Amino acid sequence: MDAATRESFEERARTFAAERLAPAAAGFEADEEVPAAVYRALGERGLMAVNVPEALGGSGAGVVSYARAMMATAQGCASTAVTMAVTNMVGEVVAHFGSEDQKQAVCPVLAGGRHGAFALSEAGAGSDPGGMMTTAVLEDGEWVINGTKQWISHGDTAAFLVVWARTDGAGPRGLSCFLVPEGTPGLSVASHEDKMGLRASHTVSLAFEDMRLPESALLGPRGGGFRIAMMALDGGRIGIASQAQGIGEAAYAEALEFVRGRGGDQGLTFRLADMRTRLDAARLLALRAAVLKERGVPFSQEASIAKAFATEAAWWVCNQAVEILGDQGLVRGGAAERALRDVRVTRIYEGTSEVQRIVISRGALRG
Amino acid sequence: MEFQLTEEQQMVRKMAREFAERDVAPKARELDAESRWPTELVKGMAELGLLGVAVPEEFGGAGMDNVSYALAIEEISRACASTGVIMSVNNSLVCDPLNKFGSDAQKKEWLTPLASGEKLGCFGLTEPSSGSDASDMQTVAVKDGDEWVIDGSKNWITNGPHADMILVFCCTDRSQGARGTTAFIVPKGTPGFNPQPADHKLGIHAAHSCTMFFENCRIPDSLRVGEPGMGFKIAMSTLDGGRIGIAAQALGIAQAAFEKAVAYSQERKAFGEPLAKKQAIQFKIADMAMELDAARVLILRAAWMKDQAVKDKSVRHTQQSAMAKLYASEMATRVTHQALQIFGGYGYSKEYDMERHYRDARITEIYEGTSEIMRIVIAATALKG
Repeated sequence: MDAATRESFEERARTFAAERLAPAAAGFEADEEVPAAVYRALGERGLMAVNVPEALGGSGAGVVSYARAMMATAQGCASTAVTMAVTNMVGEVVAHFGSEDQKQAVCPVLAGGRHGAFALSEAGAGSDPGGMMTTAVLEDGEWVINGTKQWISHGDTAAFLVVWARTDGAGPRGLSCFLVPEGTPGLSVASHEDKMGLRASHTVSLAFEDMRLPESALLGPRGGGFRIAMMALDGGRIGIASQAQGIGEAAYAEALEFVRGRGGDQGLTFRLADMRTRLDAARLLALRAAVLKERGVPFSQEASIAKAFATEAAWWVCNQAVEILGDQGLVRGGAAERALRDVRVTRIYEGTSEVQRIVISRGALRG
Repeated sequence: MEFQLTEEQQMVRKMAREFAERDVAPKARELDAESRWPTELVKGMAELGLLGVAVPEEFGGAGMDNVSYALAIEEISRACASTGVIMSVNNSLVCDPLNKFGSDAQKKEWLTPLASGEKLGCFGLTEPSSGSDASDMQTVAVKDGDEWVIDGSKNWITNGPHADMILVFCCTDRSQGARGTTAFIVPKGTPGFNPQPADHKLGIHAAHSCTMFFENCRIPDSLRVGEPGMGFKIAMSTLDGGRIGIAAQALGIAQAAFEKAVAYSQERKAFGEPLAKKQAIQFKIADMAMELDAARVLILRAAWMKDQAVKDKSVRHTQQSAMAKLYASEMATRVTHQALQIFGGYGYSKEYDMERHYRDARITEIYEGTSEIMRIVIAATALKG
């Protein structure tokens, strides 16, 4: 993808974030909802399926464009950004592993601004998805799925969900992946989480009770679910690293303006220097992983480094921003106050910092 | 920036690594222990073009870019931090300003032998009572006919005891403050120019530094670099490049400590299994790997931007260089600390390299602009917007 395309995607996202998201983000949070029109508008700008081929309704603009657009969007509204991240990830998974019918059914819908959901985690299987309990049994040519999933972003509003279930015994090789359209009988929302941050995005648990799917709902090969999840998360981590970086930028920007307006001694300005440095390192690490993924070379180690570094750096930046702002940093409605709450989860979802460290040290010890 | 090295950059890195592993690394411990100046390694670097990496070939350099230069500094420093800084001073602090600000005659007479390694240079900005506040210098140069008379002293001058010349900064007009500073070349052996014995330091023992006295030291006006009053600008522009070199040196030191700690963690057993099986050690390794990479991308960006600045004079990389230097040097302190920790008692012993890496890392947070100066630079740029 050429430099101009990447620039234009970032610019498009940046303009949208500045004009439509940042001024409205506090309101979205109060309403616990980002209007569907916002996602349609993101879809119109090609931001809901950035790295999905144009033939499937996506933008075909590559991973670097996606990472840059994600940073810009998250700076405006982190809740909007997480929905954009998950939808892009689901679109990519389907574009990569889906049958022709699945691709045609799903990708254009997500590209238009409907949500996708990624149903992997369970109450007892987070960092270790190999331990999941949800089952899928083939009965009379149909898959029958039973179990529950937890921490599913927009599981309630998604047009399509990718759902992991155990089809073939214990361990990672017994997992398969399914494509589930909204409204499938047997699928229900069990509860909505009341979260610390990202309050304008929905997080739900899902119950599957004898949910029946045609055989063709299998996404990718039977028993291939774990591999699909890991591949999706490798890419997803670039998205979350970028999201965190963008959230950090929002907090930094508020702190910078504050110091500009009131002046600040070195106790404050040195913090700004450290914040700027870490945000730049986070941005560069995320972009490096994106470049590698776009080039089609291994990037798992770099994605984990980007994710752990960027999410922790961004959290630190948000915390310092609140420190600089003082009391003003604690008041609802401010960018840094929201950012500090929103950013915290980036160190947890799509692979905790601890899981990233396991991946990174494994890579380093292999040499 | 594409995060992909060109063939030329990869070639420079490979060449530097081969030299470093074959010729430098086996001597590093001895050089440190004996505080011995590595004459033969300086000569070896000269032969490989490593003393003028980014200087055009017409002036004796290797004609490579600044990314190649940063990679080469990292590789040499990974073997020996002292050798790394000797290289960095000659490249960044002497050749680079002469290439940018020197007259044609100076480029011919001085830059060419310096870049080819026939001569070695040093850089005199810091004084006993002015370090971070460089414009507050006491060394003066007074015009006397067609000559300048220099009086004062400079200290912590790396390469000083062995250098064939010094690029020295003097106050030529006190009333103008920083704008009253002028740069001069002073050749070794000029009467009144007296290098003092080498300093005793915590680390980088083989990279000798010293104090320089100037007493009624007379040089011709033809050795003035740039216009009178341009000295501070030359010094700051030079340090913008030098900081990339020091950042790369810090990265090399930390990378060496990291690799040794990773290898040791796989050999050493405790509680019935290798250290590397313990999550506490794995997580230390992961943290080190992350921080190394964060430094690496910041350095590559700064070097890449310096390369853009060569083509387009409007490009500034002051803030990017400061970020690379700040992060990489503090990273090196943290990483060498943790790597030594993994080695336990052996890390503290002179029988192994860890304590040397730990000592060598520390200076990178101080010279060519302390971490505090880096933060002032970064924040000032950010606040200006």
